Amino acid sequence: MMSTEVPLSLIRGLPMAGLDGEFWSTQGSNVLLALVAIVVFLVVVALVMYGADMVRGVVRDKVQLVVLISPVLFLLAVGLIYPALSTVWLSFNDVVKVPDPVTGIYTTVTQFVGLDNYQFAFTDPTTLRSVINTMVWMVLVPALSTGIGLAYAVFIDRAKGERVLKSLVFMPMAISFVGASVIWGSIMYDYNQVGTQTGMLNAALTQFGFPAVNFLTEQPWNTVFLILILVWIQTGFAMVIISAAIKGVPIEMNEAASLDGANAWQRFWSITVPSIRATLVVVLTTITIASLKVYDIVRTLTQGRDGTDIVANKMYVLSFVEGREPLGASLAVILFIFVIPIVIYNVRSLNKVKETR
Amino acid sequence: MSVTMPPAGPEVTPDAAPTRKKTRAGQAKENLTSPWATAAAIIIAMLWTIPTVALFMTALIPGDRYRVDAWWTVAADGGLTFSNFSYVLFNSFGDNSTAPPLLGNVINSIVVTVPSVVFPLVFGLMAAYAIAWIPFKGSNFLFVSIFALQVVPLQLALIPLLKILGPNNLNIAGQFPGVWIAHTIFAMPLAVFLLHNFVSQIPSDILEAARVDGASHTQTFFRIIIPLSLPAVASLAIFQFLWVWNDLLVSSVFGGRSTFPLTYPISNLAGQYGQWAYLVPPAAFISMIIPLIVFFSLQRYFVRGLLAGSTKG
Repeated sequence: MMSTEVPLSLIRGLPMAGLDGEFWSTQGSNVLLALVAIVVFLVVVALVMYGADMVRGVVRDKVQLVVLISPVLFLLAVGLIYPALSTVWLSFNDVVKVPDPVTGIYTTVTQFVGLDNYQFAFTDPTTLRSVINTMVWMVLVPALSTGIGLAYAVFIDRAKGERVLKSLVFMPMAISFVGASVIWGSIMYDYNQVGTQTGMLNAALTQFGFPAVNFLTEQPWNTVFLILILVWIQTGFAMVIISAAIKGVPIEMNEAASLDGANAWQRFWSITVPSIRATLVVVLTTITIASLKVYDIVRTLTQGRDGTDIVANKMYVLSFVEGREPLGASLAVILFIFVIPIVIYNVRSLNKVKETR
Repeated sequence: MSVTMPPAGPEVTPDAAPTRKKTRAGQAKENLTSPWATAAAIIIAMLWTIPTVALFMTALIPGDRYRVDAWWTVAADGGLTFSNFSYVLFNSFGDNSTAPPLLGNVINSIVVTVPSVVFPLVFGLMAAYAIAWIPFKGSNFLFVSIFALQVVPLQLALIPLLKILGPNNLNIAGQFPGVWIAHTIFAMPLAVFLLHNFVSQIPSDILEAARVDGASHTQTFFRIIIPLSLPAVASLAIFQFLWVWNDLLVSSVFGGRSTFPLTYPISNLAGQYGQWAYLVPPAAFISMIIPLIVFFSLQRYFVRGLLAGSTKG
């Protein structure tokens, strides 16, 4: 473990140079703030509930119901529903600076512009590209994750060491999108223009005599390579859910088919897949929704360069970097439109389940 | 949980002749695991683990050899060093040598995460109990709405919510309370849905007995609901912990320089391929340590939560 060179860290400043007294006092007060916030929160909730228990008479049940449910109602109304509606409204407007007719001072005014922002989204080449790329993510991520997860779940079903084998593929679920992006971007996909290839995939390619590939700039395949990172994360989720469903398929069905002469491939398609169809749909829709929202991978590795942009990242850049909020709002609404069919489908199947109860 | 793992395998079927069944099952099993399937499973397992191991090895490459020599070359000649970890944590992490060290972001991650797990759990459990067991007008509609809200992209709420928390209104954006509130709001739909699934499965005899004994809703909540739903609370806590710890979007939008968690500086530096790029792998590995520990030690609860959340109803 001894390096012959002088470690760079010794050249660059003394150890602990960044940690002075001010650092510790700031961090200390932050930790204290979190502790106080939690304690105060719990005490207030307990006191309010205790207070609601003091109420006597017929209104007691009603008061307690209000106490139990109003925090969530308030948070959802103020934090999700109002903002969502407000975003939809904002997407039909534009914020412009106009001079006051009397004083001549410029003031910002919100102007209704109809579908102009949407027209921009579908005509501006970079934004349109991000919409198309998002559709590619929406198709490839669920299909590949579910496909690989299903295959792996079948392969290792009842195998020796199944639990460990599951854990290995499941582990990326604990890794952040940023961390996974670093893993793939800096270690697997790394590309050197000159010198030895230090990225693992390029090292393997050159080892076998193939030319090295710049995975993150080679259009249009770079989008696919970014997609594979999310597939790497989501496969474990698909595999765990599907594996539980496979265990619910009665083994007698497989045995009977086996006695009738069906081979493994036929049994897979005519018994396993139909029996877990409902689970497959749930897994596919869940991953589809996840793949719409994830912006971390593109943000970390390419910032949308080389034709890799996606709506979630473009929305962030437009709204919070460039300050063009109405355009960002229209992209958020486009994301929402993508999920509406899934929302309707899910609510329908939820109601169906409730009816059968 | 709404889903319990069905008993698997012929061992538990109460049918006659269990041994003969077992061999037949074993035979069916053999047909399924052809050598090709085994090979494919091994390749998948390797593709899913080697990258993380390689990240750790790359994190040990000294800065002057990063992207010059691959990690296996450096490992072969004994050049690996742990000094990157201490440099990143205690000296500086960023695109210049005066950038603040990562330890501040580690603490920020903890300060952001812990309250953002506690708040939605408490509110979620309260609402889950009310929706599941207290009959009131519109409770079904409310549940379906919350269920539908689960899939609404949080992007739809970002801009107006930032205005509500921003300088012209509450003025807590860019500070920890702003990040906590944003995380709490975005966690609400899943929290209520998951906990409702669990709480509604509690046998009604227990709750009716409490009711007959004169217990109020509050007393029932404290004495019955909280103790009985601890497994579900644990599942959700792990979910929410991993989600908040690994989040980048909410922290970028609602946080500020003094609140940024680990993901923010790592994501920023990973996009630049300059002379400080060698600090990114050790930083990324540091950011994964706590979630991986939580994940491996509590995997059982995590899987249980996944299964409950992903099945309808």
